[in-house]
Amino acid sequence: MLPTNLELSLDAFNQLLMHTPGTATPIPVTPVRAFPIAAPNDAIALVDSHGAEQLWIEHLTDLSADHAQLLRQTLDSREMTPNILRITNISRFATPSVWQIETNHGATELILKTEDDIRPLPSGGYLIADTFGLQFKIPHRSQLDRQSQRFLARFL
Amino acid sequence: MSHHPPSSVLARLPLDLSTDLQFVARVLILTPEEIILATPDNEAAIEARWRIQPGDQLQLTDHAGLGSLQLKDANHSKAQWRFTLSHRQAAEAFTAQFNATHAAPSAALTRASTEPTAFWPEEALNDATPPSTWTLFRLWRFAKPYKGQLLLGFLLTLAATAATLVPPYLTMPLMDDVLIPFQNGVAIEQSTVLKYLAGLLGAALVAWSLGWARTYILSRVSERIGADIRTATYSHLMNLSLDYFGSKRTGDLMARIGSETDRINLFLSLHLLDFLTDVLMIAMTVTILFSINPWLALVTLIPLPIIAWMIHIVRDRLRTGFERVDRVWSQVTNILSDTIPGIRVVKAFSQEARESERFHQANQLNLKVNDRVNRTWSLFAPTVTALTEFGLLIVWAFGIWQVSQGAITVGVLTAFLAYIGRFYSRMDSMSRIVSITQKTAAGTKRIFDILDHTASVPNPKHPEKLHGCQAAIALHQVSFRHGNRGILHRINLDIKPGSMVGLVGHSGSGKTTLVNLIARFYDVSSGSITLDGTDIRQFNVADYRKQIGLVLQEPFLFFGTVAENIAYGKADATHAEIIAAARAAHAHEFILKLPHGYDSLVGERGQSLSGGERQRISIARALLIDPKILILDEATASVDTETEREIQQALDNLVQGRTTIAIAHRLSTLRQADMLVVLDQGRIVETGQHAELLARQGHYYRLYQAQIKLNEPAELNDHEPICAQPNVAEGHHHAAN
Repeated sequence: MLPTNLELSLDAFNQLLMHTPGTATPIPVTPVRAFPIAAPNDAIALVDSHGAEQLWIEHLTDLSADHAQLLRQTLDSREMTPNILRITNISRFATPSVWQIETNHGATELILKTEDDIRPLPSGGYLIADTFGLQFKIPHRSQLDRQSQRFLARFL
Repeated sequence: MSHHPPSSVLARLPLDLSTDLQFVARVLILTPEEIILATPDNEAAIEARWRIQPGDQLQLTDHAGLGSLQLKDANHSKAQWRFTLSHRQAAEAFTAQFNATHAAPSAALTRASTEPTAFWPEEALNDATPPSTWTLFRLWRFAKPYKGQLLLGFLLTLAATAATLVPPYLTMPLMDDVLIPFQNGVAIEQSTVLKYLAGLLGAALVAWSLGWARTYILSRVSERIGADIRTATYSHLMNLSLDYFGSKRTGDLMARIGSETDRINLFLSLHLLDFLTDVLMIAMTVTILFSINPWLALVTLIPLPIIAWMIHIVRDRLRTGFERVDRVWSQVTNILSDTIPGIRVVKAFSQEARESERFHQANQLNLKVNDRVNRTWSLFAPTVTALTEFGLLIVWAFGIWQVSQGAITVGVLTAFLAYIGRFYSRMDSMSRIVSITQKTAAGTKRIFDILDHTASVPNPKHPEKLHGCQAAIALHQVSFRHGNRGILHRINLDIKPGSMVGLVGHSGSGKTTLVNLIARFYDVSSGSITLDGTDIRQFNVADYRKQIGLVLQEPFLFFGTVAENIAYGKADATHAEIIAAARAAHAHEFILKLPHGYDSLVGERGQSLSGGERQRISIARALLIDPKILILDEATASVDTETEREIQQALDNLVQGRTTIAIAHRLSTLRQADMLVVLDQGRIVETGQHAELLARQGHYYRLYQAQIKLNEPAELNDHEPICAQPNVAEGHHHAAN
């Protein structure tokens, strides 16, 4: 259960603060998704700077609309998994390969180090890790156009 | 928006993300007075600028592949910029430059190291573009040593092929000079017939013996090339760093070294050889056909371009298909290598059915992918056959017309039909080379993927000599990143020769990583580790590791005898040495109880021995090489208290006079350490001796207290994680370092 008068706010450094009745001062916390892929809007922990869990949020909807919005905003600014909308071009079919892609965050390029960095998701989509650690997502294979699907198929 | 180009530029940071995380290219420019945001192609078009005030700080953080740079003063954030970690080094340089110019006193902590930072273990991107089929030519590297034999094989092939082309040629005079005159009433001359028949027999015998010699020589060579590839790939694999093995699955690697090299071998010895013969045969046949009758020859060759075109069309689809088949196949083997070592867990949770189902699924996928390839492939072969029939039809029609016109004799037509019968049947098998070549090219690519991977722990070009070291280890500003995660942050540590250092901290605090860096399983991302004042990267890796004895939590025993396992690090050890090591490790007595003593075989994972026994064998192994540096990574964590006591005695022997770095969850095992180092979240938070640290009542004190509390029930069950869950209520805070 969430504390009844939980307060969430941002400080002047854009740091999320959590204030519950009973604690003297607000504590700086970081929201962490427990299932960033399987259930991004559920199961969110607020952890302090030592990694200790301070609050567990079962569903984002359990929070008031303002708090949920604030939390979503903090999460969005902290991490992103751009959705790949189209694969425009591929430097070569052997890895490492540089892909020109269009995402919902704009056009960019992705360097695929090995085929093992493409992880199939149970939903029929794929999670692709860039060589620098950024994750890209293809929600479902069928949502890509034929050309993109053909490019992708060469690596699966 | 201002249009003055920035005056003097101190540093530039290319940004590829906007504040709301859209991919846009911008550049951040640092000048002595301000920070400017501009577009990369026109730095005069300034989008925003921030004046730098005294006391301003620049903070660099990153998380999940995203970097963030924040400009702030004591009270609030002034600006924040985002970028992907491809610009991490530029960002570090930018921050370092900022701090060097605007060194606010309070910025000392966040100050980035000004030393050049090494790229985290990562092979350089190799941008050479080998199209799949050309990959095969890279096999030349392995074929080169057998040049002479290959040339001999080729000449034999040439001769053998020529011999097989003699019989159809002899049908021509047999028809025209013997059979047709006979039908017209001329008697058969026995001597002519015998001459031709002898020619046929001779040609067959020559073709047979040459064919045998050619196949034997070339198979021998290709078998050797295959073995060379396998050995080269395996020894290259052995020299790759741990990093590589961490990112690859065992089944996949096994499939590559096993079946892929086998496929290459088969390709070289069988398919390529056949193809070469076919090409020669076709070239020779074409020459002969043209010399007999150019017009008929031209007609005969009409279907050839059509077949070539078809091969070209299908080539692409087959290649991608076969690549998928390979990958799916390694998925199947992956399941095997996943479940067989974990069979106890599978059985304990009675998930046999689930695992069978998983295997079934992978097999289904394998079937699906194969079905798809076969759909194209199955259409291909009959089409080629149909085309050959069609070609024969044309020859028959044109030939009969020519005979009726009196342009050619029946003998010529018969010879043509005999020739193209062979010709087209070879075309059919030649078309198969397409798919086989594609398959082999895919396999070769997968082999060269391993061979092209350079070790991320490279040997120096001019290694420093290593002899009789004191074994003083010093870590200076050591940081380590793995992927997008920073694991160790600016570690400074001095370890005196012969002293024992205990590493303490929660799981995940970076203890094992630190030890892996000291053993040089990975290289530091920045900073340096020195042995007696020399950077360890300047030593030959193998020489350096010889100085290190390693005892792990899960001792690994290879298949072989107990003696072989003890002598693993020094294969030429005498029996006396082995026994001395075993005695010192308190292993001698239990080894004597085994049915064959030191000659007893121990299994893959040493199943016949208990955990403590295996551990003592691995201690004996470390003792035998007499290392200067000893690393104990949770050496006693997986055994009961009684066994621990025995192992502890063995370890006490081992530690004598060596620089020792020990990791232990049970703090009691580290009590005699000269120095304890407490790690938390990749940073050193406390150092000192046991009593000293207890008196300080900081991190170590809390770990110790937690353990005492847990230790009472832990007497019954010794597998309790001692300090996995820190006590939150205590509200432990960071000790500032």
